[in-house]
Formats: sequence, structure tokens, C-alpha cells
Amino acid sequence: MAVFEYAPAPESRDVVDIRPSYGLFVDGEFVDGAGPSFKTVNPATEETLAEVACAAEADVDRAVRAAGKAFGPWSALPGAERAKYLFRIARLIQERSRELAVLETLDNGKPIRESRDVDLPLVAAHFFYYAGWADKLAHAGFGPDPRPVGVAAQVIPWNFPLLMLAWKIAPALACGNTVVLKPAETTPLTALAFADICVQAGLPAGVVNIVTGAGATGAALVAHPEVGKVAFTGSTEVGRQIARTVAGTGKKLTLELGGKAANIVFDDAALDQAVEGIVNGIFFNQGHVCCAGSRLLVQESVEEELLAALKRRLGTLRLGDPLDKNTDIGAINSAEQLARIRSLTEAGEQEGAERWSPACELPANGYWFPPTLFTRVAQSHRIAREEIFGPVLSVLTFRTEAEAVEKANNTPYGLSAGIWTEKGSRILMMADRLRAGVVWANTFNRFDPASPFGGYKESGYGREGGIAGLEAYLDV
Amino acid sequence: MTTSLADVASSGATLRAFLHGLPGVDRVGADQRAAMLSTRSIKTTAKARAIDLAISMVDLTTLEGADTPGKVRAMCAKALRPGEDAPQVAAVCVYPDLVAVAAEAVAGSGVKVASVATAFPSGRSSLEVKVADTALAVAAGADEIDMVIDRGAFLSGDLMKVHDEIVAVKAACGAAHLKVILETGELASYDNVRRASWLAMLAGADFIKTSTGKVSPAATLPVTLIMLEAVRDFRERTGRQVGVKPAGGIRTTKDAIKHLVLVNETCGDDWLSPDWFRLGASSLLNDLLMQRQKLATGRYAGPDYFTLD
Repeated sequence: MAVFEYAPAPESRDVVDIRPSYGLFVDGEFVDGAGPSFKTVNPATEETLAEVACAAEADVDRAVRAAGKAFGPWSALPGAERAKYLFRIARLIQERSRELAVLETLDNGKPIRESRDVDLPLVAAHFFYYAGWADKLAHAGFGPDPRPVGVAAQVIPWNFPLLMLAWKIAPALACGNTVVLKPAETTPLTALAFADICVQAGLPAGVVNIVTGAGATGAALVAHPEVGKVAFTGSTEVGRQIARTVAGTGKKLTLELGGKAANIVFDDAALDQAVEGIVNGIFFNQGHVCCAGSRLLVQESVEEELLAALKRRLGTLRLGDPLDKNTDIGAINSAEQLARIRSLTEAGEQEGAERWSPACELPANGYWFPPTLFTRVAQSHRIAREEIFGPVLSVLTFRTEAEAVEKANNTPYGLSAGIWTEKGSRILMMADRLRAGVVWANTFNRFDPASPFGGYKESGYGREGGIAGLEAYLDV
Repeated sequence: MTTSLADVASSGATLRAFLHGLPGVDRVGADQRAAMLSTRSIKTTAKARAIDLAISMVDLTTLEGADTPGKVRAMCAKALRPGEDAPQVAAVCVYPDLVAVAAEAVAGSGVKVASVATAFPSGRSSLEVKVADTALAVAAGADEIDMVIDRGAFLSGDLMKVHDEIVAVKAACGAAHLKVILETGELASYDNVRRASWLAMLAGADFIKTSTGKVSPAATLPVTLIMLEAVRDFRERTGRQVGVKPAGGIRTTKDAIKHLVLVNETCGDDWLSPDWFRLGASSLLNDLLMQRQKLATGRYAGPDYFTLD
């Protein structure tokens, strides 16, 4: 036995009150859905958490019409009035952050340390940030009186359920739009809790509508003729379908899709911090991060040293009960995602890459995958080209700056990248040449509401966050 | 991977090249890592274990101009029997002129006597005086010597002077263990903390210690983290294990446990013993005892139930 073993330190579930079943949130009320209801489970235990209504086409239509009806009065409000609602929502999120963090962890499988210390603070910060813009739109650089678009149809993924909701809803409302949002099928609970917060904040009925369901619900939503703007975060494949649906309709569209980011470590990097950055880049949120640093490009002269340090560090990662405050790696969100990670890692081995995982016991129930590292990876391997969306790192090496740039850019994606070097001029030079929406220098996976986020190439188009994030929700 | 570092200190130029060739430390990243580790939640059995471990690692210290033989004897009594069934502490730490008093008081107990020396805390004296100071403490019965480095020489780039002083003091120590105080609060950067750590280890330090306790900031979590990384990497490189002692500013059980978490997740089991990790402190001990009793009984006793010294 180890000298200093941490005892279990589970966060209490008592702060959340999960109802046995949930309806759709339309026009300020919870209503039944016409589709076949579905169950949402805790991926760490496979226990059913609640039964959730499914919105059929008619329900989606009702929600969009409710949003359309609310749009007139909402957009006519002075910006300062809209800001009051957003500030109120932000404060309510802070007040209820413990409850929301536990709920997020139960429904998503992410460690409570991350939902508590990363997701929830960012969610509140996003609402605070855009609340500040609501009465200053005339000074954002889009003309003296930029107008909202109308009803925004928003479809979000399961990896950061509440954070992606905040990224979508906060700027939309600040600009004067009303929204119909569809959370992911496997993680609807925090969005439904957010509906409750809207009621608590006294938000006028119909300004925010939440419709739960699977792909068909989302398809009906983005295809609805009264929608003026579509925002989607998710897979590139679904993003393509949406782009086809929306093409020629005049709807505004932003897509935030997949990624296969390169995390580039030069031989003069601060190695201990680079190791932390690599871990944070790919094992944060079990690698369920579109901007994850899933490809490690390490300069060959420090490969051995860096990999030894990285392996030693991976040995200290604590995988297990996501509600335990000391857990670093939680559960994979769904059986479907776990199967995809398994199939891609098997392909990695078959194609000749070398697989390594630290000694790591996986819980008997639930969906789990150990932190995994592949060495001897070639650019042509599927694990170097396809988004795995799991705790799997592919390690490649490079010799020169030019080779690093070439390899980093040689992907259909372009969402993010990381550079690790103590040399400032090299950071600037690399950032200039990397075709990625976000380039982090000596850090990774850092977010701020004031900083725009979005991709190049197949990682999508449009920006969320910052002043740039307003443009998607204004008729400009 | 053990390689000889024999020639590194052959000249100021090679020493400088070596120390400046060590990987840098990114301040933001190091602070973030230390902050993340300080969110570890240590409860119930783990907390009980950590408190006893921390007590056994304390260097119970009194370094005041007003110290008296009586005060040192009282502190030694507490070091031997901190209270209830708590383990005894690792060492008592005093000024050289009180070493004999302490040595007599703890004789045969296993509690070590540590003494600061080398013109503590500023280190502003000649090498002859520093060596004589050390010899005085060793002759009086000190098991461990806590020396200070010449920060002025280090910061001005005279690395050989710092190195040679440590070598000379180490020689004067004889069988006594040498702890080298870097006074990290005066070193200006984390890069310097790493370099000074390696410099001390290359010169023969048995322990590297953060601070005198007379300069603020003293022991901070990121600084302890960087020093732990240094001893971990040094052993990897040379095969020789060096201990770490954060000192100054560690006053609560929470602080102590955060340091133990750093050790656990940076160096692991090998350093989790009083032979390799110490906490230089005075008021910390009573908080550890108070929390220990709270865990055992479920209630806090008032401060009057814990002896002052």
C-alpha cells in the first residue's frame, strides 16, 4: 500500500433534485413532447437519471413560434433592460453553481473538479460578459444601431453541456434574439435546470425555449422556415448536413466542428509545465474536447526525456468516480462514444503504432477508457488524422520549425494548436504560420469569454466569444 | 539514466552553462499546477494519516534573539511528546549556542538536533566565520546543519563562490547532515529556484530548504513544487537522493497537507518520510495536534488545551 493513500472524498448528491421525468420548455412552461420519451443515464454507473420528453416536428414548430412571438417585445427592450436579465441569470448560475456542477457531472461523467472549477465559472463569466455588451452594441463596430436576427436555432453537444449553452444563449439574448436550443440527447439535464433558472430570473416567456430529443429534433429545428440563424457545435459530419439544409435559405450559420490539434513542444520548452499542458490538452474532460491537443508534436532531441516525464505523470492520474473531488479522469459519456474510441485505438495498433497506458483499474460498471498514448505514429495513421474524441494521445516527432508547421497544418481540421517554447520570437512566428483558430502559447485549453473561438477548414466557420461573437447574432 | 556530473563544477563557466541549460520554469504553469494540487480533498483516514506523517516531519524551530536554555528545553520536551499518542517530531532547530542544551534534552530519543549556521539568516560574513560557526554547532552535538547560501553572490552570477562555500561547509559538517537554505524569497524567479536547487545538490547538500523564515515570502507551494521536481530529476540523473524542507509560513494543517500532496504527486512514496521531507515550523505543530484531536473526538478543544511550548 502507498504511504499516503487518499480516502474517497465524494461530493454530495443531496444538492441536486432530479425529477423522474422532464418535459420540453416552451413559451415559459414545461410541456409534454409528442415524440417517444427517452432516458438519460449516468455514464459512470449506467443508472437511469430521468426520463426526458422528445420533441417531434410539431413541438419544434410550437417552440419556434413561441420564440417568434417573444422576439418583437424582447428585441424592442432597451439593451440595458436585456442586460438586467442576463446579469440576473449570471448571478443565479453562481448561486446555484454547486448544484449545477453536480448535475453536470452526474449526466456527463466529467470529474466534479472540472465541472466545479472550469465549467461553472466559465458559464457564469460568459453571461456576465455578454450582459455587459447588451447596451453597448452601438459601439461594437457593427454600425450605430445593429439589429438582431430573429429566432436562433441552437444545437449543442454533450461534452460541455452547460458551457456550450452559455456560449450560444448569452450572445443571442444580449443582441436581442430569442432562442430555441436543443441540448444533446445524452446530456439534457443542465439545460433543463437552466430553463428553471430562466423562470427564476423572470425572463419573459418564449425568449428561451429548450427542446430535447435526438438528431431528428435537431434536424427539424434547423430546417424550420421561421428560424433566422442556426448555430451548431458538434461533429463535422452533422455540420455538413446542416450546411446543406441551410444553404439557399438566407439563414445565418455558424458551425463549430471537430479538431485534431497539434501540441508542439520545442526542445527549449519548460518541460515540467509542457507535460502539464499536454495532460491538460488531451486528458481534460476525458479528451471530449473539440480543441483537444490530440497530436503531440515533440522535437526529436527531447522526445525521450519528455515521453519519460509524460508517462511518469500519467501514472499519477486518478481515474474513477466522477463525483470524487480527487478524480482527474471521469467516465466516457456514452457506450456509443466508447465504442468509437475503442475502434479507433484498435486501428492505431493495427496500423503499427505503439500503444501505452499506465496501470489503471477501470470500474466494473459504466463507460471507461484508460488514458492512452500512442508512439511511432505516422501522419497517415487514422489516429493521427481522425478525431478520436477520447483520452488518446498520438505522439509524432519533428526536427525543424518548418517540419512542425507542415505536420501541424497537414490535417483537414484547424481549430486549435499549442506551442511550447521559452523563445518569444518563435511563438510569434509559429502562431503566424499555424492554420488554427486558437493558438495557445505555453498553455492549453484556456478559455475566456472575451476571446473569440472558432475554426479554419473543416473545423467550421464563424466565431463565438468576444466582440467577434456578437456578429453571428446581429443582422450585419 | 545516471550520468556523472563530476566536471560540471570545474569552473564558473561550466557551472553556469550547466545550470542555465536546465529546462526553464514557466511561472504561470507552475503556479497553476500547485493551485490544482491544492484542491485535493484529504479526508477521514487519509487526513489522520497525513497529520501523523506531518507531525513526524516537523523540524520544531525556535530562532529568536530572546531564546533561552529554558525555552529550548521546553521545546525539546514538546518535541519528544507532542501530546496524547502523537508521534514525536523529526528534529528541533536552534541557534548554535543552544545546541548543547538541545542535544542533552533529546539525547537517545531519535529526535535530531538541527542548528542554523553560516551567519544565519543573511549569510553576510567571511567563509572562515561560516565554517567556524558550523564547526561550533557540530562540536556541540548538532546532527544537522541548516546553512544559508550567499544570495548576493548567486544573483550577481558568482556561482562558483556559492558552490565552494557549500563544499567547505559540508566538509566542516563531518557526519552531520547538511541542509542548504536557498532563501527563495530573494531569488527573484522560479528559474533561479531550480538553478539554486541543482547548484546546492551538485555541491553536496543532503537537503535543500526553501527559507530562513526571516524573509517573506517564505515557503510557497510552487517553490516547494519546483524543488521537489529538482530532487526527483537529480536522483534520476545521479542516483543520489536529496531531501526537501519547506520552512516558514506553514502554519496550518491545511498548509501542511497541501505540501504532502505535492510530495506524493511529484516524487511519490520514496520522499514521504522524515528522512527525505521536513516541515520547518513552530506554530504548525499545535494546529496539527488540534486537528488530530478533532478527528479522533469529533470536537475542537480550545487553544488552552494545547501547550505553548
